[in-house]
Amino acid sequence: MSKRKSKESISTNGECISQVQKVLRERLCYHYATGKLFGIEHQYRHLLELLKRTTIHGESNSALIIGPRGSGKTALLNHVLKDLMEIKQVKENLLEVRLNGLLQTNDKVALKEITRQLRLENVVGDKVFGSFAENLAFLLEALRKGNRTSSCPVLFILDEFDLFVHHKNQTLLYNLFDISQSAQTPVTVIGLTCRRDILELFEKRVKSRFSHRQIYVLNSFDFKQYVKIFKEQLSLPADFPDETFAQKWNNNVQHLSVDKTVNDVLQSLFHYTKDLRSLHFLLMLAVSNVTVHHPLITASDLQEASKQYRMDSKANIVHGLSVLEICLIIAMKHLNDVYEGEPFNFQMVYNEFQKFIQRKAHCMYNFEKPVVMKAFEHLLQLELVKPIEKPSIEAALDDKGGLRC
Amino acid sequence: MNTRQQTKIIYSWYGKPTSSDRKLRTLQYKGIIIKSERTRTEKCIQLGEFVLIEGENADRPFVAQLLDLYEDGAQQKHAVVQWFSHITEIPQNKRKLLKREVSCQEVFFDQVSGYDNDIAVETIIESVLVIPLHPKEELPITLNKEKIFYVKQSWDGKCFKALSSDTFSKLKEANRKGDGVPNSLNSFVPLDISSMKEETKKVARSVMKTKNVEVEIESKHSASKSSLSKERHSQRVANGIKTPTARKKLQLNSPTRLPQSKLLDCDVLELLDDDFDSIVTLEPSAAKRKVKFTGILGSPPKMPCPDDDSNSVSDAAEHQQRFSDTTRLSPYYSNVQKSNEKAKNLNSKNDTILNGLQELGSLSPVLTPRSRRACAQKTSALIAQQISLLNMIESNQKEDFLSSSDGSYSSSSEEEDSDVLCSPEKRTKASRTFSIPKSSRKPSVHTPAKTPKKTSLPGTPKTPRNATPEIPRRSHAAQKPASMLEEARLRLHVSAIPESLPCREEEFQDIYNFVESKLIDGTGGCMYISGVPGTGKTATVHEVIRCLQQAAENDDVPAFEFIEINGMKLTDPHQAYVQILELLTGQKVTATHAATLLAKLFCTPGPKRKTTVLIVDELDLLWTRKQNVMYNLFDWPTQKHSKLIILAIANTMDLPERIMMNRVASRLGLTRMSFQPYTYKQLQQIISSRLNSVKAFEEDAIQLVSRKVAALSGDARRCLDICRRATEICEFASQKNIPEIVRMAHVTEAIDEMFSSPYISAIRNASLHEQIFLKAILAEFRRAGVEEATVQQVYHQHISLCRMEGMQSPTVSDIMSICSRLGACRLLLVESSNKYLHMRVRLNISQDDVMYALKDE
Repeated sequence: MSKRKSKESISTNGECISQVQKVLRERLCYHYATGKLFGIEHQYRHLLELLKRTTIHGESNSALIIGPRGSGKTALLNHVLKDLMEIKQVKENLLEVRLNGLLQTNDKVALKEITRQLRLENVVGDKVFGSFAENLAFLLEALRKGNRTSSCPVLFILDEFDLFVHHKNQTLLYNLFDISQSAQTPVTVIGLTCRRDILELFEKRVKSRFSHRQIYVLNSFDFKQYVKIFKEQLSLPADFPDETFAQKWNNNVQHLSVDKTVNDVLQSLFHYTKDLRSLHFLLMLAVSNVTVHHPLITASDLQEASKQYRMDSKANIVHGLSVLEICLIIAMKHLNDVYEGEPFNFQMVYNEFQKFIQRKAHCMYNFEKPVVMKAFEHLLQLELVKPIEKPSIEAALDDKGGLRC
Repeated sequence: MNTRQQTKIIYSWYGKPTSSDRKLRTLQYKGIIIKSERTRTEKCIQLGEFVLIEGENADRPFVAQLLDLYEDGAQQKHAVVQWFSHITEIPQNKRKLLKREVSCQEVFFDQVSGYDNDIAVETIIESVLVIPLHPKEELPITLNKEKIFYVKQSWDGKCFKALSSDTFSKLKEANRKGDGVPNSLNSFVPLDISSMKEETKKVARSVMKTKNVEVEIESKHSASKSSLSKERHSQRVANGIKTPTARKKLQLNSPTRLPQSKLLDCDVLELLDDDFDSIVTLEPSAAKRKVKFTGILGSPPKMPCPDDDSNSVSDAAEHQQRFSDTTRLSPYYSNVQKSNEKAKNLNSKNDTILNGLQELGSLSPVLTPRSRRACAQKTSALIAQQISLLNMIESNQKEDFLSSSDGSYSSSSEEEDSDVLCSPEKRTKASRTFSIPKSSRKPSVHTPAKTPKKTSLPGTPKTPRNATPEIPRRSHAAQKPASMLEEARLRLHVSAIPESLPCREEEFQDIYNFVESKLIDGTGGCMYISGVPGTGKTATVHEVIRCLQQAAENDDVPAFEFIEINGMKLTDPHQAYVQILELLTGQKVTATHAATLLAKLFCTPGPKRKTTVLIVDELDLLWTRKQNVMYNLFDWPTQKHSKLIILAIANTMDLPERIMMNRVASRLGLTRMSFQPYTYKQLQQIISSRLNSVKAFEEDAIQLVSRKVAALSGDARRCLDICRRATEICEFASQKNIPEIVRMAHVTEAIDEMFSSPYISAIRNASLHEQIFLKAILAEFRRAGVEEATVQQVYHQHISLCRMEGMQSPTVSDIMSICSRLGACRLLLVESSNKYLHMRVRLNISQDDVMYALKDE
């Protein structure tokens, strides 16, 4: 009887668990518009107002969203756009063009992409795009024709904005900003970048045309807020189907947030980096551990995840080396100390190794030179040792951390 | 096609110099012979005759009367002309002064002073007829619309006047003289003005027929107003550039021309000519064509031949002549009728030929290989047109047969016929008359591809050239500004065009005077305008142009053409040529081709045209290694007849000295102007004038913005942007619908937002280990005394700092990622990461800033 009961509970639990996995993974993996925004309400309002004015009043603008990697620039923009699209007047009135500096590596490609996204290639007909010059003239003509009150506003989103700056003459940026500063089709140019010196990269005439509207996304929260974010990110929503399970889960999360070990884990991560993306990674690892037999997250889960996440890669490699390879590394370390970081070659390492063998002959098997050579090459492949630019076999010891193990 | 294109046209004087001027070393002549190698025809044009002159647009040649012909010291052949204006050359707003419809055949006696009337002889195309009429007289209906023009009134740039009796009689006189010329020159093939006259007479006789004719010619006319000029134009092009572009070739060789029934007509005629008439020597070109044609078409045209073996040569020729007339739709129908009455056996032959023609018309699309898919639709439309036309011809002829009992033919035409028979020279004339419609057809095929704006043919697929790109319209109307702040924001947007440009009055006046004086003198010149960004260079220049255009409308200055290019909006400096040419004439060609065309346009004296004002924005972008683009741009205005005024705009004052070669800088000249950055008072004035009556700002707030910007850059754009941001902040702050004006606090916040250093706040918001890493860098710098360290060294410092704080020290991987994160923000300058711990690190900000940012905690 009891067996049967437990089976039933397992099956209901199984459903719940898969639900939990689904909800939380969606929240943690997709960095757009599902979760909440933390600490950037001000920026959110600023951007929302800006885009609203573009769409409703037809006002041209340009702005940059600047913030370190993983600080939620794209999430901010996606949130704003999602909320904007809920206004009916905006939804039908906005053309969106998304470019990415990593994909549109030069202006020619970017122009083609813009034309495609604006669906202007239908006008061009079946003709394959002409030269770069024709294309530019075509697009400029298209944008020049419009005016503030009658044309549909266009929103240009330039991701990895700093890469556009390196395009030849900054033609694309000049033209986009020039349109945004003249009485043509209303456009708003939003750039996303993590570089703080972005303004210094502009050519002066491009800089003059940029409106200097910079929206900084900084991770400006303290540890208390960080823990709160952790709690909110893990908590199940109110509309979760199984209420009792949700309550149990949420209670557990509440319990975790005051747990000492969990706080230590979070503290060390917080000290390491403040961006929310790494927190999401950590939680993701922990959530993946949840199974039917292990329905709730425990403090040790988080600890394990933290260990996994902040693993020292080089040390790990050294852990997996053979005795001979470790001996070679020790020999190299010795050489490194003797010659104060000067590069050395295989023969020197081999001689050092021979000396070591002679001293400890009783516990170490003497390998032949080709075998040692092979081991040395393996270390090269693992990039624990690195050849110097000169095409000799000279090599410099690259790793120190590994030697502390 | 190509061989024909490359034939030269030779201009030589007719007769001996009539008079000479020792001092000027000029020799005057009374006529000029234009010899074309291709057709081996020579035309003689004498003083007083009317001619067509090549214009900048090949479609629109100018009409003029030759007043003088002379050769100057440098052996250049010159002509002095009296211009006639076509209606299209008269400004749009003046056309309504006429208060009547103007036929395309009507021209106006030109008394505008601005045009240069000394032209190069090489621009003369051919002679035409200009007949003076009294103002009340109706335009007679004529056929040869390309060659006859009428003049009723004169045009002096301001208003239309009736011709004075003096000029009227002079023009009459000139006409009579023109008529007389051909008769006296038997060795030359004269322009068949007389025959044209006869044509007109005949037309007057049979009105019903002309109507049919009219329809056809009218449809053709728009495209082929000056076939010869087109041909010449393309010849020039072919001569000028040794390797014509591939596309061009394709067009020329493309078989789209073949299905033209007209071409078939005359080709078949030539073919018939060959078959019937072995005595008359044919032109080489015609012979060539024949070979080509039989190759393609095979036997059909030869079908009617065998029956006619018995016919005498003269008979055949006669028939041929008549037949040509019918197919040309000229009013020689009567001839056909006559011949039909006379020799009934020919009737059936005529029919067979026509059938054959029709067959050809329908066959040709099958025979001609299709290489260009895009043309297919167009051509098929054309073919359909042609076939229907052929049908019309046939029905016309049938009508004629029915009414042939009248026998209404003129004796004059008979005379002419006999003329044709006796003199072999006239044979060439006949063939020449064929060749005219042939060439006149060419542009009608080419125009849709060449000039995008003329899409007269229905069913022509839209090519990207004439596509009108447009951003979709918005579905909801843009909201009007509701509050005062919104209104202010709208006015403060850089794109808003203010009523006036304050603070640039002096510069405005200087530029205005410069351009105006050049316009009035009808000369060219350059002006170089420099200034840092946002000082109103482009805005001022545009304002000047706007004012001048206004003035031109009021006739204060001569009319001019205004074009603008921007170096930043070009992908390549050489694209400048393409854009200028396109803006001037609407042609789209390659860069090298455009350069030659522009050079021709600006450097050859002659064709009358308006002065061109060219604005070259962002001049420094037009720099190339050889600087040929800049050189050409600044060289053209120095040419005597260029009439080109260039206003070059760039940022740097010493651009000519810095990047230009001496020969370019010297051509740019010394007319320079530099726009100083705005002072705070000027900025204040700019904002106030923009705001006008909208009271949205405190006076002090405006002053603060102006002073701040003036101290930094003097960039008006920046100033306006700050004000706009301030209104937003103000709106943001006052949520409770209480109207508020922008105060000092708001402006200060906006300024801080725009100018604050982002680094300090970035460091303050960094994570603890990132901050420690920065501290470790500082410590390492202090220890080593060098502002550069490897990650390894910094790592050691980092660990010792952590120990001091009693914190867990991070792993190497952690340190590496911290380092790369700081590098991505450009707080640090980091080498490429493949060196791992040996990678070198530098600070991107001053040590003091880092200290300051870290100390406060």
